[in-house]
Amino acid sequence: MTFPSGTLLAQSALSGVFIGSMYGLLGMGLGLTWGLLHVINLAHFGLAFLAAYVCYQLASVGGMDPLATLALIVPVFFALGVAVQWLLSRFSVSPLNSLLATFGLTAIIEAAIQYFWTADFRKLESVYSGQKLRVGGLFVPIPELLTLVLALLLGFGIWAAMRYTDLGRALRALAEDAPMAAAFGVNRRAHALLLAGLCGALAGIAGVCLALSFTLTPAQIYAWVGVVFAAVMLGGLGSPLGPLAAGVVIGVSEAVTMAFASPSWAPIVSFSLLIALLLLRPGRT
Amino acid sequence: MRTGYRLTRWLGAAVCAFALLATGAHAQSGPPIRIGSTLALTGPLAATGLVHKVVGEIYVEQLNKRGGLLGRPVEWIVKDDQSKPDLARTLYEQLLTVDKVDLLMGPYATGAILSAMGVAQRYDKVLVHHTFGIPSLAKYDKQFPAWSLGADPGNTVPNTVLTALAASPKAPKTIAVVTSKFPSVHFMSLGAREVAKKRGLTEVLFLEWDFGNLDYAPIAARIKDAKPDFLWVGAIGLEGNQLLEAMSKIDYAPVEHFYMYPAPGPMSKSPLAKNALSMTVFEEHPPYSNAPGAKAFIDLYHERAAKAGIPDTNVEVQAAASYTAWQILEAAVRATNSLDDAKMAAWLKANRVDTIQGKLRFDGPSNYGDDLMRVKQVQNGRWVTVYPKEYAAPGATLLVQ
Repeated sequence: MTFPSGTLLAQSALSGVFIGSMYGLLGMGLGLTWGLLHVINLAHFGLAFLAAYVCYQLASVGGMDPLATLALIVPVFFALGVAVQWLLSRFSVSPLNSLLATFGLTAIIEAAIQYFWTADFRKLESVYSGQKLRVGGLFVPIPELLTLVLALLLGFGIWAAMRYTDLGRALRALAEDAPMAAAFGVNRRAHALLLAGLCGALAGIAGVCLALSFTLTPAQIYAWVGVVFAAVMLGGLGSPLGPLAAGVVIGVSEAVTMAFASPSWAPIVSFSLLIALLLLRPGRT
Repeated sequence: MRTGYRLTRWLGAAVCAFALLATGAHAQSGPPIRIGSTLALTGPLAATGLVHKVVGEIYVEQLNKRGGLLGRPVEWIVKDDQSKPDLARTLYEQLLTVDKVDLLMGPYATGAILSAMGVAQRYDKVLVHHTFGIPSLAKYDKQFPAWSLGADPGNTVPNTVLTALAASPKAPKTIAVVTSKFPSVHFMSLGAREVAKKRGLTEVLFLEWDFGNLDYAPIAARIKDAKPDFLWVGAIGLEGNQLLEAMSKIDYAPVEHFYMYPAPGPMSKSPLAKNALSMTVFEEHPPYSNAPGAKAFIDLYHERAAKAGIPDTNVEVQAAASYTAWQILEAAVRATNSLDDAKMAAWLKANRVDTIQGKLRFDGPSNYGDDLMRVKQVQNGRWVTVYPKEYAAPGATLLVQ
């Protein structure tokens, strides 16, 4: 192991922050449905990739600005999120079964993506693709910076809404004690659909960020599952900022490991960190 | 008048005789010869699996137009192994026991080929396969590789690359080897380290990552920091492009760079891949395109690949190896005039087969012959062979930054 230069270390840490914000953005919706609705929605990854392909199609074939596609993607994926939740509640799917059902749904989404866009690689070339800022000796790529900014805005926005609005309080009350919240007039079904729609929209936004920064293939859906799950577990279920913070911790620890040692050690370090934090954090049950 | 009548009769008879002869040459009778295989038609390997499907369909169609095999039509039964080696094993069993195929053709990708090889061995069948990446694992004596990697590609391939670079105007003195741990590329990269050391190059960086890695930025930063003259990337599929993009984001372009198994279309089209090197057994230019049947195959492939929705319609390694596999199987059946696997295997081991890659032999270790891999480079948005000289595209030479 050789000690890396300051620039190398800083550039690596910065890239860790960026990839971590992607983990966090993907984990935000997953953690909210898991924590507040008790649904482990693996289809969240499928929806994010579907949104990425839709963004690719609208931008590369339709000529739209990738960020402008959000105007279409957000409402459509809100509706898809509502539809998934409606199906799950219609059949009273338990949390464990929701994992299986949404895994199946992910496989269906993957097959649909492959049908329409084939299994070949798709890369969105946009006005943002090659853009970067130079800060001292460091390079800041614009697409990754956009992901970080969006993740922070959404994370803090949802956190504030959960904390300071009646809707947020109602959602937290439902997660805490649903019968009691219902006794106080909270409509469980409507709130669940609303939250699932919000998480669907978050998947759509994450998908646009994926399309901006990554080359797409349908099978890539599964590459994100492990590490995003880790970010959600570490950050806390039902928290919008937790997965983002945890994602950045994982991303930076992976990137710094890659700067010091072999990149193949990176997952070992990040998952060891996850296990250690889960074991050592106060109040674990 | 009478002379004119006679001439007409003679001409008529001649036309009829020609027509009969022509029909006779293409006449097929009897039940079809059934050739069974699986391909990755869905799942992560489906993009390349589709290439093999299109090639197989073209070949069988051409074969039937030529009269089939042994005077019988040929029918190809292809099943979807969903990119899963375990499923490929089950389906090959099914092809032999339920579908009762006469001959086997290999699937796509090393894992599935290994599975099919096990089944072929159990039933003592010949298995010709397209792109098997680890020759040392091919232990079955009736398996025949269509991809002319040679028996020791971990040594011969890096040697070819470094010999080509040594002859270039800017011979590298330092090397960085960065590699995926994907089995069929990892051993090649380890071979590259050894070969580079023997040739006196200084290794300034060696890195490995797990297949499926999501963040290439720190790897790119380390390459930039190491400043190698030559970058060897043990990449498969998308990984090469991902690393190029990560390097571009920190404003770095490697001096000379090589990618083991890149996704050929996306890499040649990427503006970041200028002068990128890789290996090939076939490209769409002379002398490859002068091989018998190559031009017709290239034209037909362009048309069918476009119709099948394949983004890159150029014939290169995968399509050429696939076509070669069918050429090997046809040659064995025609030469032995039978479907007897033992006879076909014995003939293949004793003879060379003319293919669009060149003449292939199967008398070396693991039935591998010569390493026919040549060096290609991205020039003006397309791959051209640059080394050795006799296989270089007309006017093409190895370019350095």
